[in-house]
Amino acid sequence: MENLIALLVAAPLLGAVVLLCGGRRLDAVGHWIGTILSSASFVIGVVLFTDLLGKNAEHRTLMQHLWTWVPVEGFQADVTFRLDQLSMTFVLLITGVGSLIHLYSVGYMEHDERRRRFFGYLNLFLAAMLILVLADNYLLLYVGWEGVGLASYLLIGFWQHKPSAATAAKKAFLVNRVGDMGLSIAIMLMFTTFGTFAFGPVLSHVGDASEGKLTGIALMLLLAACGKSAQVPLQSWLGDAMEGPTPVSALIHAATMVTAGVYLIVRSGAIFNAAPDAQLVVTVVGAVTLLFGAIVGCAKDDIKKALAGSTMSQIGYMVLAAGLGPIGYVFAIMHLVTHGFFKAGLFLGAGSVMHGMNDEVDMRKYGGLRKYMPVTFITFGLGYLAIIGFPGLSGFFSKDKIIEAAFAKGGTEGWILGGAALLGAAITAFYMTRVMLMTFFGEKRWQPDENGNEPHPHESPKTMTIPMIVLAFGSVFAGGIFGIGDRFLHWLEPITGHEEGNSPVSALTVTLATMVVLVIGVGIAWAQYGRKPVPAVAPRGSLLTRAARRDLLQDDFNHVVLVRGGEHLTRSLVYVDHTLVDGVVNGTAASMGGLSGRLRKLQNGYARSYAVSMFGGAAILVAATLLMRAV
Amino acid sequence: MSATAVHSLWTTAATAADPISKIDAPKIEYGQLSPTLIILGAALIGVLVEAFVPRKSRYYAQVFVSAVALCAAFAAVVALAADGYGTTKAHIAAMGAIAVDGPALFLQGVILLSGLVGLFTFAERRLDPEAHGNRVDSFAAQGASVPGSDSEKAAVKAGFTTTEVFPLLLFAVAGMLVFPSANDLLTLFVALEVFSLPLYLLCALARRKRLLSQEAAVKYFLLGAFASAFTLFGIALLYGYAGSMSYSTIAQVVDGSITNINPALADTMGNDALLLIGGAMIVMGLLFKVGAVPFHMWTPDVYQGAPTPVTGFMAAATKVAAFGALLRLLYVVLPGLRWDWRPVMWGVAIITMLGGAIVAITQTDIKRLLAYSSIAHAGFILAGVIATTRDGVSSVLFYLGAYSFVTIGAFAVVTLVRDAGGEATHLSKWAGLGRRSPLVAAVFAVFLLSFAGIPLTAGFAGKFAVFKAAAAGGAAPLVVVGVLSSAIAAFFYIRVIVLMFFSEPRPDGPTVAVPSPLTMATIGVAVAATLVLGVAPQYFLDLANQAGVFVR
Repeated sequence: MENLIALLVAAPLLGAVVLLCGGRRLDAVGHWIGTILSSASFVIGVVLFTDLLGKNAEHRTLMQHLWTWVPVEGFQADVTFRLDQLSMTFVLLITGVGSLIHLYSVGYMEHDERRRRFFGYLNLFLAAMLILVLADNYLLLYVGWEGVGLASYLLIGFWQHKPSAATAAKKAFLVNRVGDMGLSIAIMLMFTTFGTFAFGPVLSHVGDASEGKLTGIALMLLLAACGKSAQVPLQSWLGDAMEGPTPVSALIHAATMVTAGVYLIVRSGAIFNAAPDAQLVVTVVGAVTLLFGAIVGCAKDDIKKALAGSTMSQIGYMVLAAGLGPIGYVFAIMHLVTHGFFKAGLFLGAGSVMHGMNDEVDMRKYGGLRKYMPVTFITFGLGYLAIIGFPGLSGFFSKDKIIEAAFAKGGTEGWILGGAALLGAAITAFYMTRVMLMTFFGEKRWQPDENGNEPHPHESPKTMTIPMIVLAFGSVFAGGIFGIGDRFLHWLEPITGHEEGNSPVSALTVTLATMVVLVIGVGIAWAQYGRKPVPAVAPRGSLLTRAARRDLLQDDFNHVVLVRGGEHLTRSLVYVDHTLVDGVVNGTAASMGGLSGRLRKLQNGYARSYAVSMFGGAAILVAATLLMRAV
Repeated sequence: MSATAVHSLWTTAATAADPISKIDAPKIEYGQLSPTLIILGAALIGVLVEAFVPRKSRYYAQVFVSAVALCAAFAAVVALAADGYGTTKAHIAAMGAIAVDGPALFLQGVILLSGLVGLFTFAERRLDPEAHGNRVDSFAAQGASVPGSDSEKAAVKAGFTTTEVFPLLLFAVAGMLVFPSANDLLTLFVALEVFSLPLYLLCALARRKRLLSQEAAVKYFLLGAFASAFTLFGIALLYGYAGSMSYSTIAQVVDGSITNINPALADTMGNDALLLIGGAMIVMGLLFKVGAVPFHMWTPDVYQGAPTPVTGFMAAATKVAAFGALLRLLYVVLPGLRWDWRPVMWGVAIITMLGGAIVAITQTDIKRLLAYSSIAHAGFILAGVIATTRDGVSSVLFYLGAYSFVTIGAFAVVTLVRDAGGEATHLSKWAGLGRRSPLVAAVFAVFLLSFAGIPLTAGFAGKFAVFKAAAAGGAAPLVVVGVLSSAIAAFFYIRVIVLMFFSEPRPDGPTVAVPSPLTMATIGVAVAATLVLGVAPQYFLDLANQAGVFVR
């Protein structure tokens, strides 16, 4: 069975190679090749999953060694895949949601003449992401990590003719570089500490290393996670990444790639468990980000950017949970999976709306769309209910558990983290209700554009609505399937471990509190956007609103601190280079040239002076030899 | 005188002669000396060819004999090495005169290969335009004719060629084969003269710019004779010190394991002043041959004046042979004096590296530039010599192998770039060569990069090995100077590349002649060696490492 693992990766990789190298001949069928290979990977995943289910919990880890990548003594890097409960979960999420989004893209990208290339990139992304989650060592994981970064870059900038898309791609690339640096440093530290970077030996020998070193490794891993998962302070790229086509936003920048950071932390759980200081930092990053993203999400009028803020916020929940250690690992992954369903569904719904509205993204120009797009409305609505944590739907089970776990951390920290998570739940309810109301309810607010084209909202084709419907099922039932009877907990526990913690408040209290804040959030949103008509031009708003519209000044901060600072640093370095370094270099060169010219005169062409030189040299040689003896 | 007296004289003479008749006949291991003997034999055949073969066929006969002899000798070297003479069976042959060991065989192999690819450039006859319907090579029609005289014109018109260059080449190669394997001072001196004299002659035989060529030959001869005198005097002093010519005996006297004094030399034996002065003078003669500062001044003039094929061969093979002899002298004869000669050699290495690199900066003639480059390289090799470790020996061996191919290849390219006056050696004429003849310029660029020691070329591997050995041998400051001079040297190498590829070609620029397969083979082998030794040097490093032990 384990020989199938490589096929998981091979199928989309083959697709990427064929589609990207195949040329125009494949334009007509390229999208189907991509979709079929992606689905093939999903089918293999399901086969492997049923196989795992048939085994005892302790035998559910399959390994496939392909070849030794770096066969150097003392530096062994293998290409080995590891399929266990954790990676299996990811494989199903990635290939499942991935295949649905492939299908969706067939319709969504129908009029794009570079559709074949788009599917090539999507397949490339799948292959890289699967390498990331299947790798059995950190070096191979790094390959996948960089691979998804590349695919993300290519897809954000897919509409490269738009300067904004090109810039966004560059921005994502640069910010991710910072995180990637963290990962590479973490790997190097691991190698110097443990002499290897394979999961098994590293994670089982954590006890041998000092806590200081482990904290260093853990913080570098966190930096990597922050870059890839858009956590504060490396969050600034995610909003701009929405410049990419919407299926990309759904797959890469909501459901899968951005959760790679959570995977990294959970996978390296043993390291974090042994470095409590680093864990504290993780929870702080998660809590700050979940509020940060939620606040940004409240102020955005661009539907995709509002959803992007929401993504950031939800991943903040996952990181918070992952930072709680064994109390939260399982719930981080559970929320990750349910989020994968409902957030992908929401993005696809947004894409469907845009598809019907001439690619308009401003929600102030929507309104009342439920009549025109019933399927989109229902699926989007189910996703909405899931994300705000409506009882019985997916988000309810997973988010509620995270809030409970945060309280269960205990002490002041527990109260602060739990409070932040609760507050986040209220804000989530507010901004998602706002999105829902502005898009599907109220009066229609769209106007003819400057060319006089008025949008004619219509339902999207089947290839687009079917994935939305499937994902809506996931949004509704996944949480229940996972949460009731702690099925997901039992599935993942052998890998991540689990502790109950000691919560100062009972689970029921937390659930009730969650319901209360949910109602408050929805209520405020209803009061603001449901009862009153939505103004077509955004009001000026409070100071916080204005800051939130500017992503809480993240770019201004980066510009002032990093860009300006960097410019000053560069300028001073250039100055030093020009005056000092060049001065020394040019001066040396000039003096060498002068010396050369002078020495050259000794070579006057007369044999007699050559002979004198030889004689002098011989005399010195003899004298020096004698002198050495004398000394 | 009475008959009895006569008789008694006879008989006493006979009795006196008796002990002499008991001396054993010298035992010569012909098999182990076969590489040298083959070359010498072929050289003698070459002389006979000159005497008996009709003029028209001589060229072919000579090239054939030379090529066969060089190949056969190389095969003999390989066979000896395969038989273990380089490692386990290494010993001293020919009554203590010749060492057959790893370094000797390795260097003999390199010299023979250099001789072979050198031979190809000697035999090249397509570069110069035909003179009166005869194909001509790089050598004077008739060496004895006065330049510009009627007899010269007549010789050119008659289509004469100096086919004597081939036996001369073989004699030089034979001397070079003996030089690094000589195991007594007398053999060393004879070998020195055997390979020097043919080279003096070859230098004088250029077809174009004959006066320059003859001037170069005279200078080389005068200064070479001067250096030989030093060497000979040094040999005499060492004999006075040790009472023997043999390396091993001298070494034993130096380290004190032989103390009995030859009564005839009672005044001088064991006098350290003689040892130090004599040793320094012999070393000086060898430093002259390798072109180390301050004994280098002949190099630019001779390299420039000599026919370019000769320059290429000489620059490569002489250096190999002379460094081989220097290594053996320092490692076998004078290791006991390490603390005396090492500091001095440090100084020589430093001024050689810096001097060669610095003066090269302002050169305007490509052949002179390469001459100064060879001086700087002599300095780099000296750094490896000074290491006084086994790694030092093997790194020097590797460096010599790598360097000789690159050098011959570079000079072979120089022969291709020509204008109406023959080879266009002035650098200004090379401007824009890369635009007109990208392939030739690219090949030359490869050689220059290798000289500069850029990774993935033979030069880098060699330089790295030598510097590593020097640093491990406690000569770290020398390595620092070496790296600095490499940086200086890189300047003028890269400058030529820039000139070739990034300058506008001159309207009156030179043309690149299309050579025969012979020169192509030379350049091809050189490029291949440069890249193979650069990309995958391990096999050859291992080979050099195996060969890195001198027999004592």
